[in-house]
Amino acid sequence: MVRLIAFLVGLGFVVVAGWSLGNGVVAYATQPQEESVEHRFHLSPKHVDFSFNGPFGKYDRQQLQRGFQVFKEVCASCHSLSLVAFRNLEEIGYNEAEVKAISNQWQIEVPSVDPKTGEASTRKGTPADHFPSPYLNEVAARAANNNALPPDLSLITKARHDGPAYVYSLLTGYRNPPADLPADSRPGEGLHYNPYFANLNIAMPPPLTGDGQVTYADGTKPTQDQVAKDISAFLAWTAEPRLENRHRAGLAVVLFLLFATVLSYLAYQNVWHTAKRKVRHTGPLDPENMAKRDAANREAGVNL
Amino acid sequence: MSFPWAEPYQPKNGLTRWFDERLPLPRLVYGAIGGGYPVPRNLNYFWNFGVLAGLALTVQIVTGIILAMHYVPYGDAAFLSVERIMRDVPQGWLLRYAHANGASFFFMVTYIHIFRGLYYGSYKAPRELVWMLGLVILLLMMATAFMGYVLPWGQMSFWGAKVITGLFGAIPFVGEPVQQWLLGGFAPDQPTLNRFFSLHYLLPFVIAGVIVLHIWALHIPGSSNPTGVEVKSAQDTIPFHPFYTAKDGFGVGVFMLLFALLTFYAPNYLGHADNYIPANPLSTPAHIVPEWYFWPFYAILRAFTVDFILPAKLWGVIAMFAAILLLFFLPWIDRSPVRSGNYRPRFRQFFWILILDLLVLGYVGGQPAEEPFVMISQLATIYYFAHFLIILPILSAVERTLPLPNSISESVLHGEDKEAAPADLSGLRPAAAE
Repeated sequence: MVRLIAFLVGLGFVVVAGWSLGNGVVAYATQPQEESVEHRFHLSPKHVDFSFNGPFGKYDRQQLQRGFQVFKEVCASCHSLSLVAFRNLEEIGYNEAEVKAISNQWQIEVPSVDPKTGEASTRKGTPADHFPSPYLNEVAARAANNNALPPDLSLITKARHDGPAYVYSLLTGYRNPPADLPADSRPGEGLHYNPYFANLNIAMPPPLTGDGQVTYADGTKPTQDQVAKDISAFLAWTAEPRLENRHRAGLAVVLFLLFATVLSYLAYQNVWHTAKRKVRHTGPLDPENMAKRDAANREAGVNL
Repeated sequence: MSFPWAEPYQPKNGLTRWFDERLPLPRLVYGAIGGGYPVPRNLNYFWNFGVLAGLALTVQIVTGIILAMHYVPYGDAAFLSVERIMRDVPQGWLLRYAHANGASFFFMVTYIHIFRGLYYGSYKAPRELVWMLGLVILLLMMATAFMGYVLPWGQMSFWGAKVITGLFGAIPFVGEPVQQWLLGGFAPDQPTLNRFFSLHYLLPFVIAGVIVLHIWALHIPGSSNPTGVEVKSAQDTIPFHPFYTAKDGFGVGVFMLLFALLTFYAPNYLGHADNYIPANPLSTPAHIVPEWYFWPFYAILRAFTVDFILPAKLWGVIAMFAAILLLFFLPWIDRSPVRSGNYRPRFRQFFWILILDLLVLGYVGGQPAEEPFVMISQLATIYYFAHFLIILPILSAVERTLPLPNSISESVLHGEDKEAAPADLSGLRPAAAE
């Protein structure tokens, strides 16, 4: 009975799903699928070698500091970095005094309350503060940017597939739209063509304008390519500040587990094979026979 | 209950005797997972996965309880509190990554555990209740995982909650009120977050309770085994401890190694980048996809695209739930007296087609709903239902099975199972020194 019902129910599902399939096949055969413009022109992120890639990867402190400089001088005028505090900069090699100076001299002040009047006001940043947002709120941000909202950058490399490479590709990917780009996909007013961006046209104007846009203190040549790499590395750090702890702890844990697993395998084999050995030892090697033999020997006064 | 030759519990010292006389907990443990539980001697590595699933649940509960100490189920603060755990809580990144990937591992080992049961016919009499309780655990796991994924309140959390609760909206007449009742409003919002957090904390303990029933029911007939032939004599069994505790120890090591590799070196590999964007009700992600362990069911849900008496969406919802619920009837759908797929050559072929089918369903479930993925998902959905509801009932009536061994120990003697302990192992005692 159950099998009969099952059979009928199964037949029902198969017929309905088959009906959907039939319709789908007919539609697929009669209306040739048009490749979407995004599909045709969108590019996957370029391949970039970062020092933090791979299981033993570490951040390059010098690069992170250069990236921070790029953020400060280029990105910070529009983008917030709300999850990172000034004090976190100590992790990329700035000392306490430097961090204090950076927070104190930051171009945007921290929202606060006037201690005398109680009115909304601003004050200088401290190492404990998070990076203040360049805009008062989302409305202000949109008003200043042609109705586009510059996203917070704290997590941007984890919020995009293949994040650091994506940021690098996006920053270096601006170009003139190709000639065969359909008219309705061409960048409109205030938009810029960038094949690495999901829908090809991005509101952010090209932020990197050419070589020498920043001047690095460590003597690294500030080519556009280098600057894009440095800011991408810095944003990888802001998104995943505990990456080095993770890689270090991972190595220790994996080594320990390898050792423990080999031990547990040997223990497993030992437990099972002792049992097997015991079975094979019949005749003279059987423990009971050996005990009998020993007893007989003792009785006969044989000294072993 | 156990076999008559099960080793009775004997307290090793005064303290355990004192304790056992007042509360026979040591006796219970000894009989459940100690030397007092006789287990078929021929279990292969696939029998490790029950223990591994229990371990995965433990990892989830331990990491989850600590995460809950730092998590705040309040609107935007939820997302920020998770980032605070990642940045400022000591080893918080490890807790969160272990918890997120632990869920994936929990499903991975549970699915393998279920496939083991499907192949070796573990669902058949007298273990129907073991099987059904296991399915209850699976359903609870799915609910728990879904609600847990909503808690970080990222884009995928929000839109996943919206899509999944929206499924209930497809039910005629009561759908919309049910959906609003589940969400506590018209869309996922503060009430949703609060109740999901509460339930996400509760359900793992319900799972633990059902696991107790699952193991209890298992101990009545005892574990099944790769031959599917029931235990007949003491020759067929060895004590759970030390034999299977030792084997499980090795299994746990391998499991932890793979788990550590993923957690430490690719912690976001199985996740979705969009969930690092705070929830935004005004911006819909390009592709809303659940976590990988829901992909096969998501594919079935989306396979129904044409109204056929009922609306297509309702068909999808019915089919998705039916895909799991039909498994409750499996013991009565498959009436073949032979349990193990090892002795059912025809069944074995269909079993591997089913595994392939599920992998295909999983793959297309993670893809956007466009051709050719929709057509593939429809084909795979047809096979899924045909396998359980059409092929199995017919197959189990007509197939010719291979001759079964007379007993487990006979099959071991003939060397059919290389992993098994040797057959002649009666009266096991501590190994003699050599």
